[in-house]
Amino acid sequence: MSVLDVRDLRTHFFTRAGVVKAVDGVSFTLEKGEILGLVGESGSGKTVTGFSLLGLVDPPGRIVEGSIRLNGKELVGMSDRDLRKRRGREISMVFQDPIATLNPMLTIGQQMRMALEAHGRVGPRAAVTRSEELLAKVGIPSPRARLRSYPHEFSGGMRQRVAIAIALLHSPSVIVADEPTTALDVSIQAQILHTMRDLARETGTALIWISHDLAVVSSLATRLAVMYAGRVVEEGPTAAILRDPRHPYTAGLIASLPAMAEPGTALTQIPGTTPSLLSLPPGCPFAPRCTHATEACTSEPVLERHGTRGWACFHPVGGVPA
Amino acid sequence: MLGFVIQRFLQAVVVMAVMSVIVFCGVYAIGNPVDIVIPPDATQDIRAATIAKLGLDKPLWEQYFLFVGNLLQGDFGRSFVYNIPVLDLIGGRLPATLELVLTSVLTATVLGVSLGIYAGYRPDGWLAKTIMAVSVLGFSVPSFWVGLILILTFAVNLGWLPAGGRGATVTVLGVPWSFLTLDGLSHIVLPAINLALFKLAMMIRLARAGTREIMLTDTIKFARAAGISESVILRRHLLKLISIPIITVFGLELGSTLAFAVVTETIFSWPGVGKLIIDSIAVLDRPVMVAYLILVAFLFVTINFTVDLVFALIDPRVRAGARA
Repeated sequence: MSVLDVRDLRTHFFTRAGVVKAVDGVSFTLEKGEILGLVGESGSGKTVTGFSLLGLVDPPGRIVEGSIRLNGKELVGMSDRDLRKRRGREISMVFQDPIATLNPMLTIGQQMRMALEAHGRVGPRAAVTRSEELLAKVGIPSPRARLRSYPHEFSGGMRQRVAIAIALLHSPSVIVADEPTTALDVSIQAQILHTMRDLARETGTALIWISHDLAVVSSLATRLAVMYAGRVVEEGPTAAILRDPRHPYTAGLIASLPAMAEPGTALTQIPGTTPSLLSLPPGCPFAPRCTHATEACTSEPVLERHGTRGWACFHPVGGVPA
Repeated sequence: MLGFVIQRFLQAVVVMAVMSVIVFCGVYAIGNPVDIVIPPDATQDIRAATIAKLGLDKPLWEQYFLFVGNLLQGDFGRSFVYNIPVLDLIGGRLPATLELVLTSVLTATVLGVSLGIYAGYRPDGWLAKTIMAVSVLGFSVPSFWVGLILILTFAVNLGWLPAGGRGATVTVLGVPWSFLTLDGLSHIVLPAINLALFKLAMMIRLARAGTREIMLTDTIKFARAAGISESVILRRHLLKLISIPIITVFGLELGSTLAFAVVTETIFSWPGVGKLIIDSIAVLDRPVMVAYLILVAFLFVTINFTVDLVFALIDPRVRAGARA
């Protein structure tokens, strides 16, 4: 059984300007210990998908449809109380900017203890032991002494490690990592990437790695889900998608990777811009930018499964398999 | 930390020195007090003798250094009008102002911060909207008018509370206090409400703005993602994060209210220092004015110094900055 099973998730924001369909039909599954890369441009709904999984969508947004099953339990429609009990213990999240996530006025030890005590009383000594153990695990030197430090006494990369340690405190089944390396130096990025991959392997925690950077995600994730305009447009094993993308959008993303370009030549780009989620045309949201688009694309394609892979396109790259 | 304290202390000394010059010269410039002290029909000789006795014939700088020299020995001079030491005069009035102001500022802060956090936490609820509407009233209705209406309603029409004065007092540590007796407490209620209203409105707005801003930050989202309950988030994260501006404003309000509670003290005939200073200005009682203004400056310097120390106590980043 998969630890997380998301079916046709739709999270809409009811703003004054109209309904913003930030997430509009997202489906994927996650197996124990698996790393799924959730890729897409800014505004494609990756982060809102992440917050939806934790039940942390702020008003005026809410999940309007779909199902999220975590360890077999349906989260959509669950009471706030029950959701809170699952957050941190079964599913937790790491954010993009480690400077903004930790409270600057509390020590690391105090913040870790708060997270521990969110799910039942913990004695001060047990709290120190557990916190120390996790700080050591994420690679923080002299963890016991560091429990008394404040966030500003850490570098950005170290703060992100602390945040990861907090997310891991209760050994959750799933961690949503929302671009956790974007705000860090490139050399630190790689370290964090490896730390998280090793920890996921070691603890059996499944990871959802949200990123706009296909190059970063593909070095880490076993499977990819590519998002466009609130939908998953292609999904499958990382290697297969990179070698042989089916959705024209995925193909465009891969072609625009700098590593794919001949040195000295202009980088390839996808023509046009991401559509406004307020006024999406009917049919395939990518059609206006797509070279393959035809009359058929005025109705909306659904994600069809072909073996381990799936895509939502009437005219996939390389033709429709028989 | 010690370096930080010493540095702030030296700053305070400089501020006090500068203030004493400004106050002394300022008050010197506004008129000749001799005319008040002696009768209009006094002879030229008496006039000259009085001027010499008060030291007003000396050059300004000499007068200033005499004044500062006496000040450092705790001698603020004698009131021209009452002919008693200024310090006794102000000291006798200060407790009344102190208890009134502390009651109102503390009440306004505790109540205002609670209501403001609620209004910021549930900004769309009807209760939050009511709180904000009341705070607009608190800002815009003039204080003297509210005082009069309070007297009219609760003292004249309903007869529940007294209209003015301090009521019965108890002497503790050689100082009379009203808030320790039931009668005194009933006298303090109306002026305290009158003084608190504006501060309450300000604290509500401050706490609400802080809460709205903080609740949207990743710190709160991250805490929620860890499964921490809302009440713990409010108590342990939010309260700490919004405390800096609130403490700043609390200090400023405490100082300015202590110094200038004049309107309320006048309306409720509360025998505090505010009334004293207004009376002294009217009759050009120079030593009282100077001493009072110096004390006010001292008060502000002390409060700011305390606020800085409190910042360093609660915010590790300030401590780190102080160390550097």
